[in-house]
Amino acid sequence: MAEAPSAADVLLKVEHVTMRFGGLTAVDDLSFDVRHGDITALIGPNGAGKTTVFNCITGFYKPTVGRITMTQASGKSYLLERLADFEVSRKARVARTFQNIRLFGGMTALENLLVAQHNHLLRASGYTFGAVFGLVGYGRSEAAAVDRARYWLSHAGLLERADDAAADLPYGAQRRLEIARAMCTNPQLLCLDEPAAGLNPRESDELNHLLLFIRKERDVGILLIEHDMSVVMGISDHIVVLDYGRKIADGPPDEIRNDPSVIAAYLGVEDEDVAAVETQIEDIAGGAKA
Amino acid sequence: MVLRAPQSALRHLVTDLVTTTVVALVIFGVMVGLRTETIPGGLELIPRWGSALSIVAVVVLGRLVLHLTWWRRKPGAEAIWVPAGLVRGWAQTLGQASKVARPALLVFALTLPFLPFTDRYLLDLAILVLTYVMLGWGLNIVVGLAGLLDLGYVAFYAVGAYSYALLAQNFGWSFWLCLPVSGILASFWGIILGFPVLRLRGDYLAIVTLAFGEIVRIVLLNWYWFTGGPDGLSGIPRPDFFGIVGFERGPGGFADTFGIEYSSLHRIVFLYFLILALALLTNYVTMRLRRLPIGRAWEALREDEIACRSLGLNTTTVKLSAFATGAMFAGFAGAFFATRQGFISLESFTFTESALVLAIVVLGGMGSQMGVVVAAVALIGGFEVFREFEQYRMLIFGLAMVLIMIWKPRGLISGRVPSIFLGARKAVSGDLAAQGEGH
Repeated sequence: MAEAPSAADVLLKVEHVTMRFGGLTAVDDLSFDVRHGDITALIGPNGAGKTTVFNCITGFYKPTVGRITMTQASGKSYLLERLADFEVSRKARVARTFQNIRLFGGMTALENLLVAQHNHLLRASGYTFGAVFGLVGYGRSEAAAVDRARYWLSHAGLLERADDAAADLPYGAQRRLEIARAMCTNPQLLCLDEPAAGLNPRESDELNHLLLFIRKERDVGILLIEHDMSVVMGISDHIVVLDYGRKIADGPPDEIRNDPSVIAAYLGVEDEDVAAVETQIEDIAGGAKA
Repeated sequence: MVLRAPQSALRHLVTDLVTTTVVALVIFGVMVGLRTETIPGGLELIPRWGSALSIVAVVVLGRLVLHLTWWRRKPGAEAIWVPAGLVRGWAQTLGQASKVARPALLVFALTLPFLPFTDRYLLDLAILVLTYVMLGWGLNIVVGLAGLLDLGYVAFYAVGAYSYALLAQNFGWSFWLCLPVSGILASFWGIILGFPVLRLRGDYLAIVTLAFGEIVRIVLLNWYWFTGGPDGLSGIPRPDFFGIVGFERGPGGFADTFGIEYSSLHRIVFLYFLILALALLTNYVTMRLRRLPIGRAWEALREDEIACRSLGLNTTTVKLSAFATGAMFAGFAGAFFATRQGFISLESFTFTESALVLAIVVLGGMGSQMGVVVAAVALIGGFEVFREFEQYRMLIFGLAMVLIMIWKPRGLISGRVPSIFLGARKAVSGDLAAQGEGH
């Protein structure tokens, strides 16, 4: 299959990915890596192609050119651009959330988390026939699934609202529930599309806790798109910056914070004004850190 | 309207009344004012201007009264007209009552044939209602749970009926063998329908399912040597008592074997229990499936298909399984229908049937099993009760449906009971559940 990644701990390797929609090139020759247990942030101004990259990784789009390799901890690797969207989650174990939350609104938080464990439970229920005719002991598998759901509900701070409809939850709780739901698929790579969008500072803080917990406890690589710099600078180990579909910077947060081309892309300023802007950014970032 | 200056309000009122008069004159002038009578050699027009004008007057006066009272009310005074509190209270009472109502209804259904007032007519009606309850429950899987609007459901009913009729006539298979076979064949056609509509959403899905229903009907109509076309199939074997004895008079019949007096009602009672058992089976399987991964996947599909795929659900198999399961129950119901009637023709499988079953599901509250029962009793039973008012029957039903859709847009019983709980049981408001594709 794919050749061995250069570094043994590379989880996701994006190589020369280009995505064209008709005459529009949304992503242009993009390459970057996501390592095991790292939080990698994908940032860039509006329309830079971040969500398109996400859709390519999670199988919703097929890239025009390029290769996306997912190497699991077991050493098994998958070429994501060749898998159907639902297989990306099922086989390659890549989970995602959406920019505009996509929960199952009429179903309870608990049910949402059980749907995420569908494939496992479907096998346990003997592909439905077994359970309908009472041939398999489905109850034990379901109890285990409920336990896993309970685990993630408690870490998302939603345990007491487990039986409420997802659409009834406050916005921040819906964001956390969507992450908990993605984690219930038992992924090795978690892709979060703007998890902090629209959150107030307290909710944003709760989110950071959840993400750091996931990284620490579950050994899951996280790839996130984010606009909220306090989240990005606060928790990420590695940042990739996109502008007009091209990668303009790639490195640890400190390096990115001082990269003139990033500042220019974000603020659209001339090169000679960059120094002034840099000090501003440092102030903001410093404030956010404190 | 309250804030409008008096002069402008008056002008508005006059304009509105004049418009009303003109519209009413155009409508009732033609519909009521002119009556056609058949006379030798053609038709004769008989003017009835008096009645037409009085109807117009009633309409205009009614609108004037509305202008002076209802439309002049203060904002927020809605409670006078729509008894919101009452409706909510009613829903709550219904919810509480359903705990008692469920077993009570079951006991009633089980004892109905033995109650003193039960006669042949009532039993026949009950069988008809139960057939529609079963169809409604079957369609509820596709429309209510999976959220796939299916306007061609009657096609599977037809497949079931013709499967039994043809297998019994050509190969002499018994009803008890044909019943599962009809279900399997119908679910096979459910999958056949499922494939082309996998990628369709919304209105397009509804149109293709509608067309599918028509295709099945037209094929059955024109395949003369196989299906009998417009002549239908007659002489379909009636069911026997679990393959042991038949219900005919004389030695070896049901009455003779069990040493009771012969009655033509025995067969009807047996048919009644048969359809009751089939309907309860449908309900049991549906309730069971809802608590299994496949049922949750159906509901998740109704809520958000893209999220389903992001969680690794193969939506193709989820959709196909919903179509197949729903169709299977229609196939069972079709086989029952064929054996009950002894004669089937395409008259019984028109689009109106699909629409009626869908109306039962929507009126009852999508996804609600109890709602389907209430709606089926109300619609099918109502048709019978109002049989005497023949020409006004559809008018009354149209009006009733419009009113129900205004007051309870999510159907009579719209709450959704979650399939699993960590803590206490509580229902989810119907307003939160998505309606799925094509609504």
